Amino acid sequence: MSALSQRPDDAAVGLTVPHESAALHVTGAALYTDDLVGRFRDVLHAHPVQAPHAHARISRLDPTPALHVPGVVRILTAADVPGLNDSGVLGDQPLFPAEVMHHGQAVCWVLGETLEAARRGAEAIAASGVDYDPLPSVITVREAMAAGSFQGADRHVQRGDVETALHDAAQVFTGETEFAGQEHFYLETHASLAVVDESGQVFVQSSTQHPSETQGIVAHVLGVPDHAVTVQCLRMGGGFGGKEMQPHGFAAVAALGATLTGRPVRVRLTRAQDVTMTGKRHGFHAAWRVGFDAEGHFTALEATLTSDGGWSLDLSEPVLVRALCHVDNAYFIPNVSVRGRIALTHKTSQTAFRGFGGPQGMLVIEDIIGRCAPQLGLEPHELRRRNFYTAGQTTPYGQEVRHPDRLVRAWDTIAESAELDTRRAEIATFNASHATAKRALAVTPVKFGISFNFTPLNQAGALVHVYKDGSVLINHGGTEMGQGLHTKMIQVAATALGVPLHRVRLAPTRTDKVPNTSATAASSGADLNGGAVKDACEQIRARLDAVDDGAGLAWEDLVAKAYLARVQLWAAGFYRTEGLGWDAATMHGHPFKYFAYGVAAAEVEVDGFTGAYRTRRVDIVHDVGDSLSPVVDVGQIEGAFVQGAGWLTLEDLRWDEGDGPDRGRVTTQAASTYKLPSLSEMPEVFNVTLLPDAHEDGAVYGSKAVGEPPLMLAFSVREALRQAAAAFGPPGVSIDLASPATPEAVYWAIELARSAVPATPVPYAAGPAPRDGSPAAGDVEPVSAPPWQVQT
Amino acid sequence: MTRITVNVDGVEYSDDVEPRTLLVHYLRETLGKTGTVVGCDTSNCGACTVHLDGRSVKSCNVLAVQADGHEVTTIEGLAETAGSDGKLHPMQVAFHEAHGLQCGYCTPGMIMQACDLLKENPDPSEQEIREGLEGNLCRCTGYHNIVKAVQQAAAAMATDQPEPAREEVAS
Repeated sequence: MSALSQRPDDAAVGLTVPHESAALHVTGAALYTDDLVGRFRDVLHAHPVQAPHAHARISRLDPTPALHVPGVVRILTAADVPGLNDSGVLGDQPLFPAEVMHHGQAVCWVLGETLEAARRGAEAIAASGVDYDPLPSVITVREAMAAGSFQGADRHVQRGDVETALHDAAQVFTGETEFAGQEHFYLETHASLAVVDESGQVFVQSSTQHPSETQGIVAHVLGVPDHAVTVQCLRMGGGFGGKEMQPHGFAAVAALGATLTGRPVRVRLTRAQDVTMTGKRHGFHAAWRVGFDAEGHFTALEATLTSDGGWSLDLSEPVLVRALCHVDNAYFIPNVSVRGRIALTHKTSQTAFRGFGGPQGMLVIEDIIGRCAPQLGLEPHELRRRNFYTAGQTTPYGQEVRHPDRLVRAWDTIAESAELDTRRAEIATFNASHATAKRALAVTPVKFGISFNFTPLNQAGALVHVYKDGSVLINHGGTEMGQGLHTKMIQVAATALGVPLHRVRLAPTRTDKVPNTSATAASSGADLNGGAVKDACEQIRARLDAVDDGAGLAWEDLVAKAYLARVQLWAAGFYRTEGLGWDAATMHGHPFKYFAYGVAAAEVEVDGFTGAYRTRRVDIVHDVGDSLSPVVDVGQIEGAFVQGAGWLTLEDLRWDEGDGPDRGRVTTQAASTYKLPSLSEMPEVFNVTLLPDAHEDGAVYGSKAVGEPPLMLAFSVREALRQAAAAFGPPGVSIDLASPATPEAVYWAIELARSAVPATPVPYAAGPAPRDGSPAAGDVEPVSAPPWQVQT
Repeated sequence: MTRITVNVDGVEYSDDVEPRTLLVHYLRETLGKTGTVVGCDTSNCGACTVHLDGRSVKSCNVLAVQADGHEVTTIEGLAETAGSDGKLHPMQVAFHEAHGLQCGYCTPGMIMQACDLLKENPDPSEQEIREGLEGNLCRCTGYHNIVKAVQQAAAAMATDQPEPAREEVAS
């Protein structure tokens, strides 16, 4: 047990406590960024002029028409930018573009006395103030691959000798896997509110997961040093990665407007603006060859992953790296050659989304297993279990997999607690007696690496004050988006100082309190900031202990005595994750502090007439180490699972891929057309438990990160749907299931199963993958080959 | 502009509004009742749910003028309607205790809808709770704890309620 992970007796961490803002949430008192507008005078409202083309040169932009609209105060264009006209950090995301790169991109912003005035002003410019020269556009990832439209660096993870291993394999399968992105649909849309004080200091309140980067980008747009900009995030109404990179431009627009007008400026996107302007989870295409030995062990994997990056790089490169680092999921594959590249498409700039490429990488291997298991004559769960990492084995990028026994323990626990053997027998009976409905049960594992892949980001700061009366105020660099980070940080501080929870108060995240923070992302918020809070508290505790000198004074008396003795009662804490190393060029090293593990078992029932389905039962055992806050962690697991199931089964993100005038437009712009998980899709039975005896040496108070890993437990639902669809046909048939596995997609999978001839692969016609959810014809080459070309 | 008189959270307000003003905008922008939030713009998510004369409505789907002469209760006034000296409504207590919230953005609407559900059906089954809240979206929790919170509130309200009062409600 390390000093970092060791818990004192009577620790406040590990207690079941409500969310730190719960009392505010349930009374409506909790403030989100846009709730602040009424607290400022003379606020100006910003509205974008959105381009109606996927790709076009702006040949003329004249703001004059807007100036004739009553209530319009100012138009913001590229000419107004005193600093760098870029909303990102890589120089490829102009805030005010000369070239439109996606349908709905903002070309300029109108400030008005009211939102309506700004909107009318924007409409006036759109009607007569701007001309476009349309350019050819690339919308789908397949179009990008055909056109050679890529961006950023290609990456390659390699180990062993794939060609030899494939040659020597007992069975080799070839295929393609393609799956869609996902809209974050945080319930609170992007919002920023900027004011400038009497000294010129710019204060931006923003719904941002990354205040320091928001600060830096606002500063470079304004052409001022970082210290002239302060960013605060009170809380977010959901983030999920969608507010890691995307808020910066909106904050910069608000700040630019505020500096030019001297008035507070509010940017708050409507839902349609949010969906059409901000990036989403990357969809991916993967082409693969995989080899197995005679016992069903992986011998080799060769794959090329192409992510749909949208119009700019954004976070696509690190997302791709994480995808490549998770293509193994929980399975040892001795020979690996996996290449990754990023398509440039004329769509929103795809970005972080819970899992950050991990889910995409893992979906490829889970799809491979789901499709190959019938051909190998193995139950999918048996094929999965047979390939688990064992002690001493390393990932394709060279990191030893520590504690693989925990995954086995979770797997065995589920088998027993969810009575998998009994239920499989019941399902077989049910399926034998029901021709028009089939059930299936799938079990899938998760192994997810924790730490930012890019080692320098694994640092955090905190500022802890103890006031003379013994009350404690903490600040740290992480942001709260509902995940309970602030709750955990209060528990960490109370534990480290040895005070009751009610003595600790937490102040909002601000860049003038803790500088140079990393994004609250990569599930690492509690690990990193918890380490920093603990460090600050321990500095103070050590000074107080010296004052106490074994007397055992009560906290308040000790603090008072220390003050009178002129002992510093506050401290800045710092934490950096030790033991990490990563060579980005060779994609080799030890990028993760540890792995988080989980197992889910999902049972579904599918209707053979429609493909409609319901999730009858889900059981989850998940590893959060020694939980810092059990009720928070279980909530994260449940929510992540449902969000993952949404991505994989319901959320059908569509873009206009036709050649008409709306080419490139997001066609699912609202919750009315984009199906989000609602109460009716909840599993009928939902059992979530935390893996016991799972102390993690390398993290604060023995805990593990929880934000992202459980999202991938939802693979169990997709695999259960595949198996249920397969049950409509003869055994031994590989079933290709589109993602998302909407009822329509499941219906096509059922048709595939029904039309299959036993033990003979179904011939496919060549052609691009249809977007109607039907089986992806032409998934393999050569043209008339089946999707799982078998070479023995 | 149209003059409306609305009782919101027990206080009478008289304001000139445009006939097209949505109730949610009136509440947030004119009255400063920011506890009621806007989520989806398309009346799918229910984050803006309030009570209009005691029945739940999505306030993005009601015009302010439709509330003229009526009584609106928002999340900010719910505690008062519990009639317990500023103490929280049992539904608020239950969402707090059962961790029926994460980011909190959907919470006001969920609570208002759940109160309406229990008013109609004080002892709902789990399935009835799911159906009753189906018009409210939560992107964080996976709903599990929301259902538990409503069950907890239903139990608390059943025991809080003296028997005669329950009979009155039933009749």
